[in-house]
Amino acid sequence: MPKLKEVIKNGNLFTAGHRACAGCPGPIIIRQALMVAGPNTVVTINTGCMEVASSIDPFTSWNVPFMHEAFENSAAAITGVEACYEAFKKKGKIKKHMNFIAFGGDGSSYDIGLQALSGAIEREHRFLYICYDNQAYMNTGIQRSSATPRGSHTTTSPAGTVIPGKIQKRKDLTEIIAAHDLPYAAQASPGYWNDFMKKVEKALNCGGPSFINVLSPCPLGWRHKADESIDIAKLAVQSKFWPLYEVENGKYKITYKPREEVDIEEFLKVQGRFAHLFKPENRHIIDELREDINYKWDRLERLERLYSD
Amino acid sequence: MPMKALTGNEAMAEAMRQINPDVVAAYPITPATEVVQLFANFVADGRVDTEFVAVESEHSALSACIGAAAAGGRVMTSTSSQGLALMHEMLYIAAALRLPIVICGINRSLSAPINIHCDHSDTMGSRESGWMHIFAEESQEAYDSIFQAIKIAERAYLPMIVSTDGFIISHCMQRIDMLEDKEVQDFIGECKPHHSLLLTDKPYTVGPLSLQDYYFEHKRQEIEAMMQVAPIIDEVGKEFGDKFGRHYGLFEEYKLDDADNIIMAAGSAAGTAKVAVDEARDKGIKAGLLRIRVMRPFPYKQIQKVLKDKMIISVLDRSDSMSTMGGPLFIETRAALYDTETHPPICDYIYGLGGREIDVENILSVFEKGEIYKKKGVEKKLAFIGVRE
Ligand SMILES: Cc1ncc(C[n+]2csc(CCOP(=O)(O)OP(=O)(O)O)c2C)c(N)n1
Ligand code: SF4
Ligand SMILES: [Mg+2]
Repeated sequence: MPKLKEVIKNGNLFTAGHRACAGCPGPIIIRQALMVAGPNTVVTINTGCMEVASSIDPFTSWNVPFMHEAFENSAAAITGVEACYEAFKKKGKIKKHMNFIAFGGDGSSYDIGLQALSGAIEREHRFLYICYDNQAYMNTGIQRSSATPRGSHTTTSPAGTVIPGKIQKRKDLTEIIAAHDLPYAAQASPGYWNDFMKKVEKALNCGGPSFINVLSPCPLGWRHKADESIDIAKLAVQSKFWPLYEVENGKYKITYKPREEVDIEEFLKVQGRFAHLFKPENRHIIDELREDINYKWDRLERLERLYSD
Repeated sequence: MPMKALTGNEAMAEAMRQINPDVVAAYPITPATEVVQLFANFVADGRVDTEFVAVESEHSALSACIGAAAAGGRVMTSTSSQGLALMHEMLYIAAALRLPIVICGINRSLSAPINIHCDHSDTMGSRESGWMHIFAEESQEAYDSIFQAIKIAERAYLPMIVSTDGFIISHCMQRIDMLEDKEVQDFIGECKPHHSLLLTDKPYTVGPLSLQDYYFEHKRQEIEAMMQVAPIIDEVGKEFGDKFGRHYGLFEEYKLDDADNIIMAAGSAAGTAKVAVDEARDKGIKAGLLRIRVMRPFPYKQIQKVLKDKMIISVLDRSDSMSTMGGPLFIETRAALYDTETHPPICDYIYGLGGREIDVENILSVFEKGEIYKKKGVEKKLAFIGVRE
């Protein structure tokens, strides 16, 4: 964990006054990441909630150089910035060390921007990609993405009388990225800020491409109260819905192991997007979700054991 | 000055080498692939200092170029056809962010059906994106224009495409009068961007959300910027000509002065048309050619001046607009002539789609048709050359 006393000196690199909803963890994630990265950082971002909320012309919340190009290409954009930095360094035009961070929501990271993200990692640019995963396209009004979990109600996978929300399970982007054999990939949650900031520090110092997928409970889309986001971010981890782990040079490590069993229902029942699952005819979906989660957790533990000697 | 036999693509790649950009992000596509490959060789052999980013798509190519240009670098790429189409979203963004990126474009038709040969549908399809665009007739002009494009783009704060006709120029050998590397560097000078994302003590936000209250002003400024471009192109063309002896303007006039029967064309067909002009003159036709070099901005005022008193204007369009009104060059020229009092008669010929040949005979027949239209008036506003009926 980076020393709080130290990183706090970096000041607030993502200021108040942004237009995110009350209780949105997105700005918290950004602020904590920048606190670790410091002022010598360039940020790119994909179109989505955090972009539209943070930089409404003529205002900006960004106290670091910041660029938004489009919905699907913050990863490609940051590689251009990093390439230019490398060119300037070679020519002696720039000397200082800099960090490069690209942000994207789940829609831009799991779906439309997956190609740009994959390409940027394969090319081994030195940058950190942070996906703030609120499990749907929130900016356009809560449509399903491939990060939306099974059973969830969204406006394009509505809980109807015949079809009970999204039928398919969610894509596992962290594993897809880990399969690129990059130096560092991890999953984090704003419920565990110290774990997240430590991961940011590791990611920025890994010398190559890195990726962190951060769960971002969205009061509007998940239908919970504004003051519950962080509790839900914790419940997601405790119920093993969102394991905290890292893959460092191929080595798996679960960075937080829940001490007691918390059933997935505890996580589901506090969110309106899953309310319909508690009807008797839909309860089988909760069972399927539980199976999905157990399968993933079991797999993670095996992978961790594989590397534990 | 060294003389070399080069293909259009080789000439473009050589120009890129001599420019030695900070960043090139590119993706292969026929017939532009060679430019990218040759440049990769220059990088591999240490002949340039460029960071070469071999991206996974053209969309990412331009996205990375935009990132690099916003970081303050001199940035170039190359593409064609589907590649330019895939960049379409980012073309508008590059232009609106006022980033002086230069694309070495090779004109190729658009799918479907898939076809690798020349027409102008690709760059014509981008003409409302805010990019300046030069159609080079042949390789020497392409080579010379790329240096000018760097200078024009960095002066106008707008991006620019310089294109040649796929295969016809890109793959054909021609004698190129080359500049020395130092002459190129002296001509283009150092890239001095207004802003850079790498200046962390002056952090700035690029590409914010701009709504009803500010978006219009941004766009207005972009339009104004494009309005300032024509004199910059003339100025840079003159600087180049004064230094190296080859002068370039917004368009080229070939035996236009005393002509009454005019053909307008862009790209390699203009070369063929010049031969046709000579042959038509042998037959007693007062033939002339206006070759469009700069398509964006469209030099409508200058065109009005030279065409207003002509008796017939036949436009050759190597793409269609699907408006049923004819090709883009025709529609824009016709709109330009609306402001003249003479309203010279004008008609359009679509030719050469998907690389279909056009020869001197084809163009001569257009002049001959022009002789009839001159007397009887235009019978057919839109016709096709060289297509099965
Ligand atoms: C090419 C393109 N397609 C669609 C959109 C519309 N769009 C903007 S943001 C967005 C969803 C963003 O979802 P996500 O990435 O999950 O971010 P969030 O808003 O949830 O934070 C969509 C569909 C767009 N801007 N560009
Ligand atoms: S809709 Fe959700 S993700 Fe978007 S700003 Fe509001 S709380 Fe945050
Ligand atoms: Mg989302």
